[in-house]
Amino acid sequence: MKHVAIFGASSMLARAIAADLARRGFGLVLAGRDRDEIEAVAADVHLRFGVPTHAVPFDAEEFETHGRSWEECRTVTADSLVGAFVCFGYLGSQQDAERDAAEARRIADVNFTGATTLLLWAANHFSGKQQGFLCAIASVSGDRGRQRNYFYGAAKAGLAAFMQGLRNRLHCKGVTVTTVKPGFLDTRMTYGRQGMFLVASPEQAARTIVRATLKGQAEVYVPGCWRWIMLAVRSVPETIFKRTRI
Amino acid sequence: MHGYAMRESAGWGRMPRVRCAVFRPERRSAVRSIVASGARTSYIARGMGRSGGDAAVNANAGVIAFDRLNRFLAFQPETGELQCEAGVSLGEILDVFLPRGFTLGVIPGTRHVTVGGAIAADVHGRNHRKAGTFSQYVEELTLLAGTGDVLTCSRERASDAFWATTGGMGLTGAILTAKLRLLPVETSFLRVDRKRTSNLDETLAALGTGGERMPYAVAWIDGLARGASLGRAVVLSGRHARKDELPEHLKDRPLSCLRPPRFKLPFDLPGVVIRRFSARAFNALHRAMRPSGEGLLADFATFFFPLDGLLDANRLYGQRGFVQYQAVFPLESGSAGLRELLEKLGASGQAAFPAELRGCGAEGAGPLSFPLAGHTLALDLPRAAGFEALLGELDAIVLKHRGRLYLAKDATLNAATLERMYPRLGLFRTIARRLDPRGLFASDLARRVGLKSAAARTAIGGIAP
Repeated sequence: MKHVAIFGASSMLARAIAADLARRGFGLVLAGRDRDEIEAVAADVHLRFGVPTHAVPFDAEEFETHGRSWEECRTVTADSLVGAFVCFGYLGSQQDAERDAAEARRIADVNFTGATTLLLWAANHFSGKQQGFLCAIASVSGDRGRQRNYFYGAAKAGLAAFMQGLRNRLHCKGVTVTTVKPGFLDTRMTYGRQGMFLVASPEQAARTIVRATLKGQAEVYVPGCWRWIMLAVRSVPETIFKRTRI
Repeated sequence: MHGYAMRESAGWGRMPRVRCAVFRPERRSAVRSIVASGARTSYIARGMGRSGGDAAVNANAGVIAFDRLNRFLAFQPETGELQCEAGVSLGEILDVFLPRGFTLGVIPGTRHVTVGGAIAADVHGRNHRKAGTFSQYVEELTLLAGTGDVLTCSRERASDAFWATTGGMGLTGAILTAKLRLLPVETSFLRVDRKRTSNLDETLAALGTGGERMPYAVAWIDGLARGASLGRAVVLSGRHARKDELPEHLKDRPLSCLRPPRFKLPFDLPGVVIRRFSARAFNALHRAMRPSGEGLLADFATFFFPLDGLLDANRLYGQRGFVQYQAVFPLESGSAGLRELLEKLGASGQAAFPAELRGCGAEGAGPLSFPLAGHTLALDLPRAAGFEALLGELDAIVLKHRGRLYLAKDATLNAATLERMYPRLGLFRTIARRLDPRGLFASDLARRVGLKSAAARTAIGGIAP
């Protein structure tokens, strides 16, 4: 049976991606930091869809352990992994990050360093197999730095650039690399906040993400209209953009 | 720390509508930290919002929506024991486990009820006489009490907390998870007998004949019939079909689960339309129907959830909303209470959908559990002019015949009437005070009828018309 690994599996988006993949018949490895949570997700997906699921401990901030976690994902599935999703992220607090280097560092550690060190293990594995797919959740906020969340945006922009390079490297190996740029998703990151618009449910987003990943698309915005919004945002000249408060 | 949305919330009857701070945790641990955070003065857990009145709203205070705490946690196919989070709906359970040959011991009139809500209202179904209430099939539950502790309760362990929580309307704390016992079935179909009756005595007799053989029984009563035909009905009794009773084309897929159609009502109907229409439709149906039919085959959703096909059935009654009214009369009162209630309704001309009459078995152990050995009548009343006076008269009839009203549906009761209907209310209050000494769990219902303390009844009174 083909298995897919999902890292950061306790978030609502990851749960929805797991359900979508299970519906398509993939077995799943669910990796995350909170053992009780990932075990609950694993049990739920298994009971609903009947596919085998495994819970594996993983901590994005413990870079040195990523190799071990990846190895465990490989062994619990009897080396039948065909793809991996990197779903974890840390929004953090922009205000705190501007004063406190620890917060700034944590935003970079989870969203950039943690994601890339893990992706390297996955990339090297699939490169050797000459097949497979990789998908990472970046963000529209990486498309242009804004005063509201430029620490988070910068880390996600770094991740997107890393994914570009990885795509370039793995193309000839037959491994597809998909970067997802979500706008607002209806999760606890956005729930109850003012000024949200075009909010997509995790289920809708997961459907788009899984479809794009299995097709091997390079980059996908969720929902799709964010591509055009971000095109507009990017095309504003810096002399004007620097004066805005969006 | 925990985000919330200020939102106007209401029960299924769409009235009263009040502003609440709605939290929507995505993990169980977050429920605990929300309650501990002090962000709001009190909280009430909310599932799918199907209770009729104000049981799951908390004006200007906290509501904890369980939409995203809906994971299945474990299942033992040998025993049928299912462990899940409280936000899992009964419909989800049936979707997943009916195709594997398991059903719920108690199935209420809608599939859109969460496990937590089903326990908190201690819901019952058409098999109450034989099967009892939902809590009969709850082996264990975990409760976040007002003290901040997560208690594991069952019949053996913290049994007073267990029984106070079943039927406790969410006021002992937030139910986080539950262990349910599912029952094996051979097929997802039912064998149904149908009988047309022409008066109340015939209806009650037809409801009583099924007994052991037909555990499910319900009578759809014509709420507008009067005089000699008072209480005329269509009586359905049913049981799970065996595999050998299925027609050939279903034998190889005995557990095929047909979903009800989903039709959304795009606008609110003026209340009067549905009243006239449903009364006429019922009459026509009643006349057209053959006197009886035996051994009919019905699929699961059609038999158990005839009204779920309309996704927004509550919009049928228009902007002003409606009240659900469900009373149970004890056996000792005979049919006198029912007769008086039906006469009053018939004279008022207000009953909308045909009323549902069912038999009830023995009273449950939960101090606020609704059913009594006897008969229960459930109906919807549009909030038309003068409906409050009518409800007052109905309440008086129920009290006179020592019946009681169902808290999960109620929207208008007052504290004094409630105390007379639920003699074990004092016991409930004592246990609830111990589990929630600071009163962190509260709802508009609790304040209106003084469920947690006799003194609280003055806090907020009456109904918002």
